[in-house]
Amino acid sequence: MDIRKVKKLIELLEASDIAEIEIKEGEEAVRISRASSSAPAVYSAPVAAAPAPAPVAAAAPAAGDDKPAAPVTSGHVVSSPMVGTFYRSPSPSSPPFVEVGTHVKVGDVVCIVEAMKMMNQIEADQAGVVEAILIEDGEPVEFDQPLITIV
Amino acid sequence: MLDKVLIANRGEIALRVLRACKELGIKTVAVHSVADRDLMHVRLSDESVCVGPPSPAESYLDIPSIISAMEVTDADAVHPGYGFLSENSDFAEQVENSGFIFIGPSADTIRLMGDKVSAIEVMREAGVPTVPGSSGPLDDNKERTLSLAKEIGYPVIIKAAAGGGGRGMRVVHNEAALMKAIYVTQTEAKSFFGDGTVYLEKFLENPRHVEIQVIGDGKGNAIHLGDRDCSLQRRHQKVIEEAPAPGIPDAIRNEVAETCIKACKNMNYRGAGTLEFLYEDERFYFIEMNTRVQVEHPVTEMVTGVDIVKEQLLIAGGEPLSIRQEDVKITGHAFECRINAEDPNTFLPSPGEVKMFHAPGGPGIRVDSHLYSGYSVPPYYDSLIAKLISYGLDREQALMRMQIALDEMLIDGIRSNIPLHKDLVRDAEFQKGGVNIHYLEQKLKL
Repeated sequence: MDIRKVKKLIELLEASDIAEIEIKEGEEAVRISRASSSAPAVYSAPVAAAPAPAPVAAAAPAAGDDKPAAPVTSGHVVSSPMVGTFYRSPSPSSPPFVEVGTHVKVGDVVCIVEAMKMMNQIEADQAGVVEAILIEDGEPVEFDQPLITIV
Repeated sequence: MLDKVLIANRGEIALRVLRACKELGIKTVAVHSVADRDLMHVRLSDESVCVGPPSPAESYLDIPSIISAMEVTDADAVHPGYGFLSENSDFAEQVENSGFIFIGPSADTIRLMGDKVSAIEVMREAGVPTVPGSSGPLDDNKERTLSLAKEIGYPVIIKAAAGGGGRGMRVVHNEAALMKAIYVTQTEAKSFFGDGTVYLEKFLENPRHVEIQVIGDGKGNAIHLGDRDCSLQRRHQKVIEEAPAPGIPDAIRNEVAETCIKACKNMNYRGAGTLEFLYEDERFYFIEMNTRVQVEHPVTEMVTGVDIVKEQLLIAGGEPLSIRQEDVKITGHAFECRINAEDPNTFLPSPGEVKMFHAPGGPGIRVDSHLYSGYSVPPYYDSLIAKLISYGLDREQALMRMQIALDEMLIDGIRSNIPLHKDLVRDAEFQKGGVNIHYLEQKLKL
């Protein structure tokens, strides 16, 4: 796994309330946990691809992890209504729509999911404060994938 | 060679495609609905993308979602399986326009074969025998229509040009009933298929359904892989298929197969396809062509040793055909039983949790199924849960092995049509071979 990706994951963890995050991509897996001092990145070697006869989690989910390992979020989840690429800002040079802590009303645009060159604005369907932003800018998302949470 | 293929289907065929991809070292992306997260091939694929809620219209049939999933996973190509978008020329076109490869024929070919009237025309030009008919769509001229029907000879069947697979058809036994029947069929066709064009054909009373498998590489080469008999049907759904079709003189089947190759070469056909015929009194009559891999492809694979899905992938990757016609040998005999999650007597669907699944084994037995113990069959999709295939050195042995395998097979927790299959493989007429397409429905009525 790309070291820059691991670094970004560490940043994501530090910027949020998440205690531990685990990402599987193909045969590789990374788990990052919040510890007392330094930021440990546990890199596990590729697992031999030999799915057991009863296939329990033998294969990897899409890049973007549709099953967040242990997100400590309690808020209302805004999920993606489609497959596409997640963007936090209306354009690369603009500031993000929301940050953790931003107050939102129903109907406020919180992010964009782009598919086939069309930018689809995703709106908050509940008022409150943005608790967590679960996807990184530019990451692919699938249908029903949790994007942000609002408390 | 393709690098990454997105599998735009579900169930057993998605697993079949995944297996062929793995054999070729091609990376796989499984798209699935929310209800299909636990499908076997989803667990085995390299990547997976959830593309929508359970309803097929919002997931497996949602073209933007599928193409979007190809974009975000950077797939090269999409394999559409059968059903769903596999014969949707708009989908094929949009895939190609978006810079991806559609594993199958070109959008134009799909369109050409999707219109039953133009398909018949193409076949006629290649010398493929067709059903005597109106040789084109019917128009408003009542006199012309009546005289066409008289020439063909009653009974006639009215067919929707945009239909197929048994849908959009009506049989007429005499002239008095003709015009009204045409009107009703046109209205139905407009409503179901968006196109009210109809044509007439002679109605064959007791034909068999015999089809011929072809593969073309889109570079002018095409071969056939022999025929299949799919006459055991209920409401136009095939129940048991076999290869080769029994009791057909070799000279006749080879002659027709040659015309199929000619038609494929004329169209510069790319990919796997099947020409469907009605067979009666030692004559073949073309009815339609399916421009995709079919459910029953395994029986052909067993008797020829050719992996049809692998060939689809290789051809889509730009390879020429790896087999020559002279290399194709039909050896032995194979059957396939379509195992559905349905009540064996009422045919009502039976979704739910499969508490225990045990597949049969032994020489000449192949099971194509996505089932596993603990898997829940969802209610939203068609009921095919397994294909049990048997192979033998001759028809008798293949049928015997099928009987033994059906007795071994266990699907506990839901209803399945295994009891129906057990009955059919012991049916005296079926054992003789050569039953026609009405046989099963007549037998079930008794």
